[in-house]
Amino acid sequence: MTLRDIVNSLDATVYLEGPGLERDVETAFASDLMSDVLTLKDTPVLVTGLCNIQTIRTCDMASLDVVVFVRNKKPTDDMLELAEENGMVVLGCQYSMFKTCGLLYQMGLKPLY
Amino acid sequence: MHQEYTVVEGDFVNAGKASSSVKKTLKQLNVNPQVVKRVVVALYEAEVNAIAHAYGGKVSVDIDSDKIRMVVADKGPGIPDIALAMQEGYSTARPEVRDMGFGAGMGLPNMQKNVDKLNVTSEVGVGTTVEMEVNFNT
Repeated sequence: MTLRDIVNSLDATVYLEGPGLERDVETAFASDLMSDVLTLKDTPVLVTGLCNIQTIRTCDMASLDVVVFVRNKKPTDDMLELAEENGMVVLGCQYSMFKTCGLLYQMGLKPLY
Repeated sequence: MHQEYTVVEGDFVNAGKASSSVKKTLKQLNVNPQVVKRVVVALYEAEVNAIAHAYGGKVSVDIDSDKIRMVVADKGPGIPDIALAMQEGYSTARPEVRDMGFGAGMGLPNMQKNVDKLNVTSEVGVGTTVEMEVNFNT
């Protein structure tokens, strides 16, 4: 599944498209707890309702480069600036975390655990 | 190579700047990306702890050809029971720390998982020092 498929499925806003939306992704992880994100060995798409500068910083440290903010949480300019420096893809959608995860799972994105 | 950074109490906006800078340096030195991730995750956790729990501190990093040594020393309340603090799930974090996505009692255990050597020393009312070492060839 490509990032473009995710954007279409979630009717998502693309805040940053990084190196492009045509590449494939296989796994996703949903959490508002950045401590948990920092324990991941893999690099899934992050689905989160936590929208602050530490979300982006955590992605940088954990080498995650795709984040989806749910429930219309809008990243600030500072967040987007840092995300752009790190070559990240930043998406946002209006759906709840539950619905977002349901749609992504239905499309074939796999869980890590 | 020696680098130093200052950590300011409650300054969550800048939490991770030291780790970010170390990440760039290690990438330039062509250190294995998996090792880089272990280093920066551990250092980031320590930085967040110093910002969240202490009154500020200092991060010192020494990079050799085969390893990195990181020391995060804070001035703060100290940790009365280090063994308890090392337990996953134990946390004394304030609500604003939790609002930033931290404070779940996973920091010290996660540092332990990512580094080859971890030494935590603390004096109540004075501060805490976290020393970590990661070998590049593990």
